[in-house]
Amino acid sequence: MKTAIAFWNILLKDMRNYYLKPPNISWGIIFPFAWMLMFFLKSQTTVDVRGVLPGVMAMSILFGTTSMLAVTITFERRSRSFDRLLLSPVSLTWLMLAKTLGAIIFGIINAFVPVLIALFFIPVSHINWVILILSVIFIAITSTFLGLFIAVSVSEVFEAQTFSNFFRFPMVFLCGLFIPIGQLPIFLRPFSYIIPLTYGADLLKTAINQNGHIALGISLLVLLCLSILLFMISKRNIKKRWIY
Amino acid sequence: MEQHILRVENLSKKFNDFLAVNSLNFSVIKNEIFGFLGPNGAGKTTTINMLTGLARPTSGSIFINDKDYTANIKKAQEIIGIVPDESNLYEEMDGLENLCFCASLYGIKKAERIHRAKKLLQQFNLTTAGNKPYKSYSKGMKRKLTLAAGIIHEPGILFLDEPTTGIDVASARQIRALIKSLNEAGTTIFMTTHYIEEAERLCHRIAFIVNGQIIKIGKIDELMEDAQKDKIIQFSFDGIVQLNQFENNFNHQFSHCKLTYIQDSVFQIHSAIPLDLMPLISFFDSHGLKVTEARIIKPSLEEVFVKITGIERDVMKKEKEGRKK
Ligand SMILES: Nc1ncnc2c1ncn2[C@@H]1O[C@H](COP(=O)(O)OP(=O)(O)OP(=O)(O)O)[C@@H](O)[C@H]1O
Ligand SMILES: [Mg+2]
Repeated sequence: MKTAIAFWNILLKDMRNYYLKPPNISWGIIFPFAWMLMFFLKSQTTVDVRGVLPGVMAMSILFGTTSMLAVTITFERRSRSFDRLLLSPVSLTWLMLAKTLGAIIFGIINAFVPVLIALFFIPVSHINWVILILSVIFIAITSTFLGLFIAVSVSEVFEAQTFSNFFRFPMVFLCGLFIPIGQLPIFLRPFSYIIPLTYGADLLKTAINQNGHIALGISLLVLLCLSILLFMISKRNIKKRWIY
Repeated sequence: MEQHILRVENLSKKFNDFLAVNSLNFSVIKNEIFGFLGPNGAGKTTTINMLTGLARPTSGSIFINDKDYTANIKKAQEIIGIVPDESNLYEEMDGLENLCFCASLYGIKKAERIHRAKKLLQQFNLTTAGNKPYKSYSKGMKRKLTLAAGIIHEPGILFLDEPTTGIDVASARQIRALIKSLNEAGTTIFMTTHYIEEAERLCHRIAFIVNGQIIKIGKIDELMEDAQKDKIIQFSFDGIVQLNQFENNFNHQFSHCKLTYIQDSVFQIHSAIPLDLMPLISFFDSHGLKVTEARIIKPSLEEVFVKITGIERDVMKKEKEGRKK
């Protein structure tokens, strides 16, 4: 019960204080929005809109969640208020779950911004909503924990942003959204299969265009495993670096 | 019988090869204010961090209410309150929100949170500041709110790291008064400071810590006892008088005394046995020195500290000024 009160208030505070912070708006909302607009304006047909929608959604989630973590974790660490959390009776696991849930929700909201806009262009009937929602949730969780991993590995907010881009941009190009994996140079392909976004993007393709290549269960399983792995590494890093 | 709320055995902390805290042994008695007095880099913050769970001891044990929490301070955090040396509240939230949030971390329900927060704001004279963002606060107000945030869950033991460093004299006095009244209301306090007078004024017991080691520990009067054995008389003279004008003759005639230079024309005479004033005055007279003042110096805690630790009073003073910048 006590943990629940703490959990809820940490989550609420982060949502209130950080959802509308400049880096979240610029990286999390404006940036994917601009990409989306560019693609939508370029696409002449509804098929094209459907084709780029998975990519834009995946990017919105990825950029939204990782930017959010740079603020909620790195920024708070910098201003020392994160110490206050570490000094509270809440266990580290619950603490990190509370700190990340805000970003996960933010990522999910971000994902549906492009969907809402796309609805003006394309018929809804093709979309498998169950898979869509499921994949958005899974991508949001994995991206958030990737953001967490980055956020606990650096000590300055700008480093978190730079370090994130080091992951984000290659991922966008390797995940098969804009360039099909089959068309990538052979030596790059293995990288495609170790990044979470490949599986997330494939899930979204299945949901929106029914043209994914990877079995649904495998994608979900890979994302789940990667999430757990990233969470464990982050937890270990906090224990090692911040409780010295 | 004295109840030890906190007990520390052979507590050490190494950073790579550097021994920052070296085998500390002490305990904090329920309802007292226990002070850690030492210069910069003595290991005060490192000790607090180990006791509160921000740093892992390299060796040694920490007992709280006689239970060993060394490996898992988290379990004791509910009864611990911490006020760090730098404010760590949320800049964009107001005073009331900050306090309520801190209370929520300890699982306190909403109505109770608000009730306690408002009471503390009132007690700390921050009621009007309560709905202004924390970033608009002055340093003194920030320190007060940080103190309030540290006690909102009514901890059994409160850790204060340099509670008055870096704030003006008036705010420091307010903070000291608050600390005193908290203690009188039953809170046990462990505090660090490098202000000797602050330790003397607030603490029931003091540990001198230098280079990670406790040099001496005890009640103020126990600490003073040693120094009080020394009798000190301070002489001031008319005109400029240098030590070398009479030093040799003095040492020859009063071999049981020790002569120390304070400033030009002011000297102190230390002696382990009671001093007779008349022979001293006639000695100075015979050397053509006119005594304008002679007074008995009661040793202060500062002198005790200087004597025991070998740290010059100027070092501690300079630190104070350095910190203010
Ligand atoms: N994380 C760390 N890594 C390496 N050395 C450290 C670390 N933290 C503290 N130290 C060193 O340990 C020693 C004790 O530091 P500590 O901060 O505990 O001193 P302090 O008594 O609190 O001093 P101050 O009055 O300046 O606050 C210092 O020499 C400091 O440089
Ligand atoms: Mg310190």
